[in-house]
Formats: sequence, C-alpha cells, structure tokens
Amino acid sequence: MSTFDWIIQLVYVAAASCFVLGLHLMNTPATARRGNQLSTGGMVAAIAATLAIIIHAGTISATGWIVMLAGGLIGGGAGLYAARTVQMTAMPQLVSIFNAVGGGAAALVAIHDYINLAGRAAGPAESITITTLLDVLIGAVTFSGSIIAAGKLQGLISAAPVTFPGSRVINMAAAAIAAAASVYLIVTPSVPMLLVVIAAALVFGVTMVLPIGGADMPVVISLLNAFTGTAVAMAGFVIGNWALIIAGALVGASGSILTKLMADAMNRSLRNIMIGGFGTGDSTPAVAGPGGDVRSVAADDAAIQLAYAQKVIIVPGYGLAAAQAQHQVAELAALLEERGAEVSYAIHPVAGRMPGHMNVLLAEANVPYPQLKEMEEINPEFPRADVALVIGANDVTNPAARRPGTAISGMPILDVDQAKSIIVIKRSMGHGYAGIDNELYVNPKTSMLFADAKSALTDLIASVKTLVG
Amino acid sequence: MTTALLTDITIFVLALLVGFEVISKVPATLHTPLMSAANSIHGIIFVGAMLIAATANNALGYVLAFVAAAFAAMNVVGGYVVTGRMLKMFRRRTVPPPASQPGQAAADGQTAAANGSGSRA
Repeated sequence: MSTFDWIIQLVYVAAASCFVLGLHLMNTPATARRGNQLSTGGMVAAIAATLAIIIHAGTISATGWIVMLAGGLIGGGAGLYAARTVQMTAMPQLVSIFNAVGGGAAALVAIHDYINLAGRAAGPAESITITTLLDVLIGAVTFSGSIIAAGKLQGLISAAPVTFPGSRVINMAAAAIAAAASVYLIVTPSVPMLLVVIAAALVFGVTMVLPIGGADMPVVISLLNAFTGTAVAMAGFVIGNWALIIAGALVGASGSILTKLMADAMNRSLRNIMIGGFGTGDSTPAVAGPGGDVRSVAADDAAIQLAYAQKVIIVPGYGLAAAQAQHQVAELAALLEERGAEVSYAIHPVAGRMPGHMNVLLAEANVPYPQLKEMEEINPEFPRADVALVIGANDVTNPAARRPGTAISGMPILDVDQAKSIIVIKRSMGHGYAGIDNELYVNPKTSMLFADAKSALTDLIASVKTLVG
Repeated sequence: MTTALLTDITIFVLALLVGFEVISKVPATLHTPLMSAANSIHGIIFVGAMLIAATANNALGYVLAFVAAAFAAMNVVGGYVVTGRMLKMFRRRTVPPPASQPGQAAADGQTAAANGSGSRA
C-alpha cells in the first residue's frame, strides 16, 4: 500500500469512529447535538477522502464529474429544502423518504458494479455476486416499501391495511421469483436476469407494506431503516469499502433495536405485524369489558380539578398531534406549574407515528425534556397523581390489556387508572386502533370532556386563568 | 471464500455489535432524532455513488451514477440538517426561563437559544 492509500484508509477509519462516537453522544439530550456535529464531520471527511481517491486515480471522465456534481447538488438541494421545511408531525414520512433514497442508491451502486463486471470476460466472482444480489434485493425492497410507507403516512394511500384478492399470492410469487432468479445469477452471470431480480424485489416491497395498518407504522419505519443500513453495508462489500460496511452495520443495529422496542411496546411479534390486518378499527371485541356509566364533565369543572391538583400527569397520544394542540397543552402545563403543581408527561413508546415521535412534537411546543417521562419511569408515579389528563390517547391507557382474552392483552400500558382522578379529552366514545371499548372511560374516577383537543385545551386554559385571577 | 471477504464479514459483525451496544443506551426521548441520525449515516452511500461516477464509461453508467448521487446526496444532506433541527428543540427549561434557575441551567445555555424553526406551528 502506498502512503496515499494509507492516509485515505486512516481517514475512513476516523470517519467510522466519528459515526460511532456521534451515536454514543446521543445518550443524553444535552450532548446529542454535539454527536450530530461529530457525525457530520465524519461524513465530510469520508467524502473528502473519496474525492482525493478519484482525483489521484485520474481516470474519471469530464462527464463523470458533471454527473457526480449535478447529482450531488440537485439531491443535496432537495434534501436541504425538505429538511428545513418539514413539519414535525410529518417527520415519519421524511424519514421514510430518506430510507427509500438511501436503499435505492445502495441498489444502484450494486447494479452498476454488476453490469460493469458482467461485461468482462472473467465475469464477477461468486462472493461478489452474492453480496451484489443481497444489496440489490434489500435495496430495492427498501426503496419501494419505504415509498409506500411514506404514502400511507402522508395519507396518499389508505392508512388502513390494503388487501385485494391475490395480494398475498403476488407477494409470495415476487419473493419466489426474486429467489429463483438470484440463484440462477450466482451460477450464470446475466444482466437481463438481474432486471428480473430488481423488478421482483420492487413488487415484493410494495406488497409487503400495503397490507400493514397505520398503527404499525412505527415498526415498519424502524424495520425499513434496518434494511437500508444492511443494503448500504452490502454495498460496502461490493465496492470493498470499510466505511460503508461499518456505517451500514451501525444503522442496521439501530433499526433492529427500534423495531424490537416498538413491537414489544405493542406486544406483537414482527411476523404478526407483517401479516397485517391490525389497525382496521373494525375487529369485534373479544371480551366485553365491565359495563358502567360514562361521566361527562364541562371544561369549567375539569379546570377546577386541574387548578387545585398538586401533581398532574399528562398522557398525550397521536390524537393530540393530529389536532395540532401541542402548543395549547404546553401552555396549560406552564399555567399549572405557575400555580405550584408538578406537571409531567407520560409518553408511551408508540404514542406517535415513529419511535420517539411524541417527544419531538412536545419539544417543539417548548416542553422541557426532563418533564417527558418514559413508561417505566412514570407508571409508579400514577398513584400519587391527583389528576391524569389523557389527550388523544386510547388503547395505551386501556386496563383491559392486563386481562387475557382481549385484542390488546399483554400490551404494556400506562397505569392511568391508578391516578386519584382522571380527565379524558376525546371527541366521542369512538374506538382506538384495536377496535375495543376502553374500560378506563367507565371507571368511576374518570370524567370525560367531550371536545376537540385544541378547543378543549383552550377552554381549560381560559377557565384555569379565571380561577387564578 | 477469500481473505478479503472474511475481513469484510469480521468488520461487519463487529460494527453490528458495537452498534447494538451504543444504541441500546439512547433514551426513548431521543429515538426520533436517533433514527434520523442513522438515516444521515447511511447517506455514506454517497461515497459509493461518487466511485461509480468515476468508473462509469457509457450512457447507462452515467444515468445510474447520476440517480445514485442525487438519491444519496438528498439522504445525507437532509438527514443531518433535520436531525440538527430536531435536537435544537430539546431544552432543559422552558424559554424564557423562570426566575429560579437550577445549577445545571448554564450548561444548556446554547440549547435554550431561541430557535426560529422550532416555533413553526
């Protein structure tokens, strides 16, 4: 190895270290920004090293330069625009799109490499073919699957599970064709057969995500994130670049951990989620909960309860974000704190549309992060809470999960029913994703405030202010 | 089976284990920025896109390289910018801070700085 190669390889090692340390610094909100900056530094170094390789080799054509720069500028501009303008509620869609383009780029790198090698007399080596195929398969599945996921999140495609007669058959057939064509390619190099693999993988990605319901999106996004990482690592195998292998493996690990956390938080296996059908909202309740009367309450009365509470726990669900009421809830919390109450937020792992989504939405509304409590941390505190205020959350508060035989049995829930009193802001008695009655609503300690989250919170703020005044 | 492949597999497996170790310590509060940061890290595929642009020598090769470069650049630039934007919003205290300041507030001076994008409705 020449001195030049040594330096380049060491820069790649430094870049990979920056990625690891950057992720490590994300273990507290206070250091996370530094982590992101360090990671960015690693990326700039890796790209600079690659530029140096290309200039040093001197074989790149003028067209090659134009293609690289034009692609970089156009893509970079689009990414910058999207990142600057995206609403925090739309973050899951954006992450999905980034998964799609990352997976797509990884597949394209492998496709290009394969076509180049297939044109030579010797043909590609077997080990190269296998990693190339893995890269193309995973990359293409991620690309089409993530686009469908983004479409569902954006509401362009129905968020409910989309199934049509034969959809399962098409999905299986696509998998079988992709597998058979891949085996053929390992034996005989053939560019047309590679196109078959790509097409089958794209179809598989679409038919994999379409039947998955909206409630399962946190799992799907995490899984596709893990796929993208793996595809990038495979691209590293194909072009023999360790920085890609390490970076891809890190992302694969991150996506896998989040997938597992999300699936556990819903007490559902990955297989069960992929088969789909959950999230239709029309399944019949398996076991009827204990009947009881629902007690409705006016905003004024709810405000009195809140104003004289020492300890308030707010339980936000996606309904809060859907109503764009994060700022109102933060304002109410600040008002109660001024009156000397202790306010915290109980965040269920699947409270948003992606892992940790609710935390970002509340941080945007200026809620200090020490008030955002994870499920394990807040559950022991509910018995000491004077009021638990549930806004837009449903299934994750249903005590029915503790009993066997219901659609949500075994799902970890927030122990809202342990609070001394409970106020639920909800538009109607409608069901959550699981499609079952929420036993919390008939609890004698529960008062229902039937209203839109935003107007209810505005009324509560006004009423509490009158009491203070 | 070549030595090079074996080395690559070793690196892949070790990096995966390091990833599990480091990422399992990230709190749930930061899971969205974590995923977004992971997103920007897989933008390293831009390096791959640059290298294929350097070896392309026909129209098809240039088209593939162009699309790969555009995709990867969108991934890497967008990922880092949006992660930064999110992390800026995580503050220890509400802004403006209340009269009584606990000791650690000084460390958060910069995170507490007013942030235009954060106030978007």
